[in-house]
Amino acid sequence: MTVSNHNWRKFKNAFMQTLTFVCAILVVLPLVLVFYHLVKEGFSALNWNFFTKLPKAVGEHGGGMVNAIAGTFILLLQAAIFGVPIGVLGGVYLSEYGGSKLNWWIRFAADILNGVPSITWGVVVYGLLVVPMHGPSALAGGIVLGMMMIPLVMRTTEEVLQLVPGGYREAAMALGIAKWKTTVQIVIRTALKGIVTGVLLALSRVAGETAPLIFTAFGNLGWAHKLTEPIAAMPLLIFNYAISPYDDWHRQAWAGAFVLLMLVLAINVGVRFLTRDRFKQKA
Amino acid sequence: MNPANRQPDRAKSQHGDSAFKWLTLAMALVIFVLIGLIGFELLRGAQVSMHKFGWRFLVSSDWDPVNDVYGALPAIFGTVVSSLIALIIAVPISVATAVYLTELAPQWLRQPLIMFIELLAAVPSVILGLWGIFVMVPFLRDPVFPFLQKYLGFLPLFKGPTYIGSSMLAGGIIVAIMIIPIITSVSREILRSVPGLQREAAYALGATRWEVTRIAVLSYAKKGLFGAVILGLGRALGETMAVTMVIGNSSQIVASLFAPANTLASVIASEFNEATGPIYPSALFELGLVLLGVTVLVNILAQLLLKTFAGPSVKPQH
Repeated sequence: MTVSNHNWRKFKNAFMQTLTFVCAILVVLPLVLVFYHLVKEGFSALNWNFFTKLPKAVGEHGGGMVNAIAGTFILLLQAAIFGVPIGVLGGVYLSEYGGSKLNWWIRFAADILNGVPSITWGVVVYGLLVVPMHGPSALAGGIVLGMMMIPLVMRTTEEVLQLVPGGYREAAMALGIAKWKTTVQIVIRTALKGIVTGVLLALSRVAGETAPLIFTAFGNLGWAHKLTEPIAAMPLLIFNYAISPYDDWHRQAWAGAFVLLMLVLAINVGVRFLTRDRFKQKA
Repeated sequence: MNPANRQPDRAKSQHGDSAFKWLTLAMALVIFVLIGLIGFELLRGAQVSMHKFGWRFLVSSDWDPVNDVYGALPAIFGTVVSSLIALIIAVPISVATAVYLTELAPQWLRQPLIMFIELLAAVPSVILGLWGIFVMVPFLRDPVFPFLQKYLGFLPLFKGPTYIGSSMLAGGIIVAIMIIPIITSVSREILRSVPGLQREAAYALGATRWEVTRIAVLSYAKKGLFGAVILGLGRALGETMAVTMVIGNSSQIVASLFAPANTLASVIASEFNEATGPIYPSALFELGLVLLGVTVLVNILAQLLLKTFAGPSVKPQH
């Protein structure tokens, strides 16, 4: 092998190393830019009124989105009540019971469900709940988000339950403890942190969903007094304000987006600290 | 505890056992219920439109709410073209990044970069759309589009007025940003599952780092990487909010990427609340059905590729 060939290979190596590094920077760039603009435009539009006042009509200055902030939490609460028990118990079945063939199909179906576009969920729940109930409602919005959580929570629950060492189950079995008690009191309890992590991540994902809410929760400029009334949500309000022609509303959209992103990122980063802890214990 | 009361105790816990098993099974089967529900509701909602337009719906390019005539072709066209643009941008960047993260990057840089990419995946679509409307589209309008027209204007793709901004190309770029994190992280899992022996064998032959990557890793992982790309395609086809906000929402089929367009998802998102009468909403339901059919097929393909490549070691990505 000649020296020049050797140099050429070394050069190619360095070149590809640089090129892939540049690609990695390109991937991170949008996040940095989005974050920069949200802080620049959104943070300055934040004030006390934003968190305490209802939206104002066009042309009037001020106002906030307290109803949308509350609405998002109400929707998430409903979604959790509906989606978490089904998701967690289904995950328990996948991990602790079941023939491998049926489990394969359930897993496969859950992965396919995860890929169903969010707008499709909205249309489905429109036909399922909004039409029979004669109008959009907070309930329909909560249920659509809950449905989207089910496959997510099921898969993560199964994953973390499988991390629980088999010895725990065998030890309980040797003591003559019923399997369901073992599962609930030992397996689930051991993996509880992981399950909570999965649930929080699923919540943070549906918290930002807009498409399924357009025809189900619909949005509301005031308060929803009952679950059968349309309800405001932050992503919906951000969308409606962003496509409006008014500068005032655009500022509100930036502020709303800033708060929503902070919420989502806080959950994501917080969860990372939770799991980092878990890995430390293992090592 | 004497044997006399141990007996009913055990019987009780056996009942508890089977009850618990059936309960969890029922919850797991909800997945199938949901799939059935989605298919059933969309089919039911689309009845009127399917009855009225038949197969013509898929090939007709009329989308005319005033005369109540609907065809899905412009939306299908827009979905395919915007997804293709997204893949052309996203695939090289994502795979290169995955290679950098698993093979070439210094150890200390890997974890922070991975965290950034996971955070990008967590940014809600509507926030990216907001950024798209107020930052990206103005930047594309000037200087990017005129620049492209100046140097590539001989292609029909880059002809036509550039001042609109909200366009097919803007939609494609925003979809690319949305699918880059998922293709990157699935590709990374794939590359990580390549056995270390592969690499060591290549190093033993005196290969450089890049040569090891090319010969021993990339060619080995080809099928899995293809699966990652197809999974990204599935997401691209169904991406809704960010696209709706920057694509311009115009039902037309033109060659120029600077012209507004729409996609299956964006038409539903932007028109559903205004749709009145029996036919208009039904046509939107049928768009949803088409979208569902395509994304489910693409996702099945992706899952099969990923599952056959690496067995259970590659985790599913959400």
